[in-house]
Amino acid sequence: MTLFDLGLREIHNRLHAGELSVTELVKDSLQKVGERDEKVKAFLTVDEEGALASAAKLDEKLAAGEERGLLFGLPAGIKDNIVTEGLRTTCASQFLRNFDPVYDATVVKKLRAADSVTIGKLNMDEFAMGGSNENSSFYPVRNPWNPDRVPGGSSGGSAAAVAAGEVYFTLGSDTGGSIRQPASYCGVVGLKPTYGLVSRFGLVAFASSLDQIGPVTRTVEDSAYVLQAIAGHDDRDSTSANVDVPDYVSALTGDIKGLRIAVPKEYMGEGVDPQVKESVMAAIRQLESLGATWEEVSLPHTEYALAAYYLLSSSEASSNLARFDGVRYGVRADNPDNLLDLYLKSRSEGFGDEVKRRIMLGTYALSSGYYDAYYLKAQKVRTLIKQDFDRVFEKFDVIVGPTAPTTAFAIGSQTDDPLTMYLNDILTIPVSLAGVPAISIPCGFADDMPVGLQIIGKPFDEQTVLRVSHAFEQSTDHHKRRPQI
Amino acid sequence: MKITVEQVEHVAKLARLNVQDDEKEMFAEQLSAILQYAEKLNELDTDNVEPTTHVLPLHSVMREDNVRESLPIERVLQNAPEDEDGQFRVPAVLE
Repeated sequence: MTLFDLGLREIHNRLHAGELSVTELVKDSLQKVGERDEKVKAFLTVDEEGALASAAKLDEKLAAGEERGLLFGLPAGIKDNIVTEGLRTTCASQFLRNFDPVYDATVVKKLRAADSVTIGKLNMDEFAMGGSNENSSFYPVRNPWNPDRVPGGSSGGSAAAVAAGEVYFTLGSDTGGSIRQPASYCGVVGLKPTYGLVSRFGLVAFASSLDQIGPVTRTVEDSAYVLQAIAGHDDRDSTSANVDVPDYVSALTGDIKGLRIAVPKEYMGEGVDPQVKESVMAAIRQLESLGATWEEVSLPHTEYALAAYYLLSSSEASSNLARFDGVRYGVRADNPDNLLDLYLKSRSEGFGDEVKRRIMLGTYALSSGYYDAYYLKAQKVRTLIKQDFDRVFEKFDVIVGPTAPTTAFAIGSQTDDPLTMYLNDILTIPVSLAGVPAISIPCGFADDMPVGLQIIGKPFDEQTVLRVSHAFEQSTDHHKRRPQI
Repeated sequence: MKITVEQVEHVAKLARLNVQDDEKEMFAEQLSAILQYAEKLNELDTDNVEPTTHVLPLHSVMREDNVRESLPIERVLQNAPEDEDGQFRVPAVLE
């Protein structure tokens, strides 16, 4: 039991009534991190001093009766690829093991404005490349439901810290499924907003046309609150969409009568574990009993998404990661012969194998003579994949299916073969290429491991995604089950 | 597409990476497997398909040409492995 089990509203009430202080809430979080993270390994950096100082300030604000922010007093964790001024930010890479950013990401500023408290920085696959957290160059995160299983990735620390009750909510980043897949494996709620809804300023770029920051929470309502706090246009991110941010919390009406659900046959086919399929079908029938209708549809280019994604994301990564050169920040190799040698040695010593593999793949795909065959071809296939979604959304409100083909797999079971590892993201990647919003919410268990339901919406229609998720969640008990740690 | 050890060396050089001899074979095999998988895209006729570089309709964003506050030099240099006289220091570029 943690204070977090009370939920956001009850915490607000108790703070307001003087029955609870922010300092108590933050100390409870720090204590849970101390006890549980020995096993879970979700955190890379814990900022006890900073968190207690923020808590004291918020308690003063509370005593003075000042207006409270949307996430007042709530302890949060931030994925370690989102820069935090003065607080170590490593991207789980040896290259940045000594990096202390000199400014805050826009989302970090927004969380502060909403009065949440940053407890620390969360473990991840190095530079967000991976789906199991085994690519962290420090130590792998463990799944709170079973320490021999992976938590998923790349935002594995973000999902595990929430599942383990160490912090109230976290921020992750999703390029090809990096919020949704770990949320699925850890039995929590992970939302990837529409590309452009949340500012990427201060998110260390992996694949700029795909990266998006989003919340990981225990409940859908909390997801709506955190999204409310971080969404919105930012003139420091030129790809940030200039759209009005609606009221997400008021969208949670519980009413989904007449909702039209599409279930892609490609998401329920071969390669998807029968128990996962069964949980997802049960969830669809549950949504039907709440007044929705559903139909099977086809997203015919699904099978091409993975290949297109790896070419595009690796190409963008090879360009983005050129900035890590050992000149302005990060580690510099000792005794370089000359400037070229400094680049070569610093990068080779600083990057892990998966990062090198993707940089080389991307460099190859962009290199002279291969650009049209690989990069341009992948961009064209991206168009076909996006059109698949456009077509389905002409007739349906949401698309529903599993988040991942299986539940969390055993640590070490897939590390030998990069391609096998990539297949875990086969149901999240098409959504990322289309840029549309999607959430993963708990929808059952298979052999005591959580199964995630993916709900995909139209561009900038997070309200419907959250409304459907909330209606499902409130009519089931899956989200109430807690891992034994 | 089969990637040779020589191609791994070439791409590594372009990407400013040193790859150890014992790693070259591994990367050659893994990159070959991934590119072979990517051949799948050739099953699709994309002759009349426009490429998607971005999902949003983007256009260049201009802002007023006003001077804004920037970071002080010592903060910018705070994470530099080596600096001198307010600048990043690197080994000599010209011999």
